Amino acid sequence: MSAGLRRTVLLVAGLAALVAVAAFAKRSEVYLLTLTLVYLMATFGLNLTVGYAGQMSLGQAAFFGIGAYVAAIALKAGIPFLAVLPIAGIACFVVGLALGFPALRVQHHYLAFATLGFNVLVFLVMRNEEKLTGGTFGISSIPRPTILGVSFEGHLAYFYFTLAGLVALAAALWWLLRSPWGRAFAALRDNPIRAESLGVNITAYTLLAFAIGAACAGVGGVYYASLVEFIEPGPFHFSTSLMMLLAVIVGGSGRFFGPVVGTIVIILLPEVLRSSSIESLKFMQKWYLVFFGLAVVALMIWLPGGILSIADRFRKREAPR
Amino acid sequence: MGDFIHLLVSGTATGAIYALAALGFTLLWQAAGVINFSQGEFVMLPAFAMLFGISFGLPLWLAFLVACVLAAIVLGLGFKRAIADRLMGHGVIPLVIATLGVSIAVKSIVRAGYSAEAHPVPSPFPGGVLSIGGINVSYADIGTLVMAGAIVIGLQAFLNRTVTGRAMQAVAQNTESARVLGIDVRRMVAYVFGINAVLAVVTALLIAPTYLAKFDMGDSIGQKAFFAAIIGGFNQTRGALLGGVLIGVLENLVGFYVSPAYKEGVALALFLAVILFRPEGLLGKAEERKV
Repeated sequence: MSAGLRRTVLLVAGLAALVAVAAFAKRSEVYLLTLTLVYLMATFGLNLTVGYAGQMSLGQAAFFGIGAYVAAIALKAGIPFLAVLPIAGIACFVVGLALGFPALRVQHHYLAFATLGFNVLVFLVMRNEEKLTGGTFGISSIPRPTILGVSFEGHLAYFYFTLAGLVALAAALWWLLRSPWGRAFAALRDNPIRAESLGVNITAYTLLAFAIGAACAGVGGVYYASLVEFIEPGPFHFSTSLMMLLAVIVGGSGRFFGPVVGTIVIILLPEVLRSSSIESLKFMQKWYLVFFGLAVVALMIWLPGGILSIADRFRKREAPR
Repeated sequence: MGDFIHLLVSGTATGAIYALAALGFTLLWQAAGVINFSQGEFVMLPAFAMLFGISFGLPLWLAFLVACVLAAIVLGLGFKRAIADRLMGHGVIPLVIATLGVSIAVKSIVRAGYSAEAHPVPSPFPGGVLSIGGINVSYADIGTLVMAGAIVIGLQAFLNRTVTGRAMQAVAQNTESARVLGIDVRRMVAYVFGINAVLAVVTALLIAPTYLAKFDMGDSIGQKAFFAAIIGGFNQTRGALLGGVLIGVLENLVGFYVSPAYKEGVALALFLAVILFRPEGLLGKAEERKV
């Protein structure tokens, strides 16, 4: 079996397993799985910025939040879900361009600072502009979608709906990365000077990668708002952005499925530990972030390519030189 | 008018505190090419160390000195040996990510192992205000300005007037030439890590009485330090000072005259304006691209 075929089979098997597991899972477990999928939309987008365009973004949670608030306001105003998705995506894309332009014009790691400050500012707007965002009280009773008469109100139905959305988003990103555009992204990460000399406009492509990554977070935010049905500023604090960035790095930035591993580590695992009834696991939950932080340091020192690069290491050792 | 001057003085005092944290940050960047995203936690830890010292009955000044020594060993040399040394020379991103990991781990250790509450820290300065002609200035602000000023002047004198200080500047300007000239680069870099740690302890001493010691107190001070450093000019030590004071004063003015809710956004607005119109920073010199 070729590597590509094996990968496809694995992917289909994984999706099928997910569909089957969800059908038998408890309500709270389905909710948690859906939450993981929603965060995955944001981290998939961030991987484009970090892993393929080689930029540090510390503001993904802000775009996630903008998507969620746009969705909450628009859905409550009766705009259909499928129309809200592009609105939120385009809004984040445009904001991403406006923020990335000054930062990327200068030095590339300035984007990290600009996005970090941006996230702080967005958080303040969410908390203070009560007329628009409900302030700390947030926005409640956000509806779940009904499309062509089919309601996705139920928790399982909404899980499948989100899964379909994620697969569509991932497919679009996959296609993008295989297109000449996407290859330019990787080229400018691997060797920006060579890419530039070959006629790739570094700044334009980097900016584009960042804005597309932001748009993905916006789309994820829409699904998030409908999932939790009540939003407030808390989840969109910049610490969430840090966790999203670390999820991409821990999984293996620049690997298409890196964010899947990373998002499981930052979203699913701590929740599983929290809800566990075993005492020692509960203890683990309290100290989880300590282990996680130290693991990130260790990973940077010994395995900078992330968890998914372990396989490559073994392969390299086996391969005859 | 009285309000304005009061805001100006207290803003300068707060800004001087930001400047101290920013100063360590720029020194590390210049001498070792390290961007430390756990700079805020480097301030938070000494604040708790001093609280511990006080709870064992030490007077504040002694607790401060003990914290300085501990910080120079743990946050200076320890941080350098365990993390920075292994990642220097692999570009900026791995170090940024590793220090983000340090930041999360340290915050979580304090929260899970000690407390998630905010703890009051005694001030090294007497309370009360000084009134001159209807203008009120608190003794804490005056004390902060004097102490921060003395430290900055002392540090400048050390960097410009002593052989060791000048050797450190040489390393910052051009590591290779410094090595050729027989300067012990490793030692100089180690000194810079130590100085950064001690500056963080002073920052903690000055800021903790107002902002309280809390596991996440470093988030805000760390961000102000980056922004101050960039606004002033990343490659200029004086730039950190200007950036810090500018942020402190403008935050105070915006908080009073515009809206207290958006005080925290001032640093970002200033940063975006600076990188749009003067990317090398207000006092910085344009750097050639190192390829």
